[in-house]
Amino acid sequence: MKFKAEIDVMPLEALLDPQGKAVTSSMSNLGLPEIENVRIGKHITLTVEAADQPEAEGKVEEACKKLLANEIMESFQFTLTEA
Amino acid sequence: MKFGVITFPGSNCDQDMIYVLETIMGQQVEQLWHKDPDLKGCEFIVLPGGFSYGDYLRSGAIARFSPIMNSVIEHARKGGYVLGVCNGFQILTESGLLPGALLHNANQKFICKNVHLKAQTFQTVLTNQIDLFKPLNIPIAHAEGRYHVDADTLESLNEYGQVLFRYCDENGKVDAAANPNGSVDNIAGVCNREMNVFGMMPHPERAADAELGNEDGKVLFESILNIVSV
Repeated sequence: MKFKAEIDVMPLEALLDPQGKAVTSSMSNLGLPEIENVRIGKHITLTVEAADQPEAEGKVEEACKKLLANEIMESFQFTLTEA
Repeated sequence: MKFGVITFPGSNCDQDMIYVLETIMGQQVEQLWHKDPDLKGCEFIVLPGGFSYGDYLRSGAIARFSPIMNSVIEHARKGGYVLGVCNGFQILTESGLLPGALLHNANQKFICKNVHLKAQTFQTVLTNQIDLFKPLNIPIAHAEGRYHVDADTLESLNEYGQVLFRYCDENGKVDAAANPNGSVDNIAGVCNREMNVFGMMPHPERAADAELGNEDGKVLFESILNIVSV
């Protein structure tokens, strides 16, 4: 079976996200000072061949931990759907 | 002493490193290609600066899985020497050979300038000839150089003397004003607990030739040779 994963990788809450901070500060320039706490991460999609959902989850989890996210600076979460 | 300098796709300081080791320091140097896992008997492996794999995903993240890296990790685990400069440092943290991670500079800019560094220990292969009271003037050139570790790891780095360099001003004062990129505790370079793997963001190989008007980086190479030369 083929599954599609939608993965979000975000900078850890405790860390300064300079990109998000720069975008936050621009919000008042465009007349939206109510918007705060912009944080910018990555959205990654991929497909994975696996016998069932738990096996697919295991493979995506491994890909995230080994390469797609660096848990010293980022957190990740993902959803899986049958492709 | 046989040095091996690895070229990854996107490395751009490999030739500078080879030039310094070979021509300035008079050592035997092997140029290693990232796809070939053979370290060719090199005793001291250097991961140079650059933009391996275009810095895609995260700096150093993809190079960490280049075929040669398994050999580098094995070499390091057996006590072999490894030095990573700039992108090389990023690859070593991504590999888990060095603690921490290198984040986007706090000011979100690529910073290319001379900075001052203060060596924090002379008890390592990389720093044993350095005067701890004399700041070194060495260039940095990076966008992702903000060194980060959690508080517990920072404490243990200090406790075990693993912090190699801190950013300082020209008088050697280590403070926030002298921190170019927002690194935790002004840290510019670290080593592992066993003190055989070294990483630093500044480029000593760009400050080791009299022709360039700055030889402050040369003392790092002299330190290496002082300890490990046969």
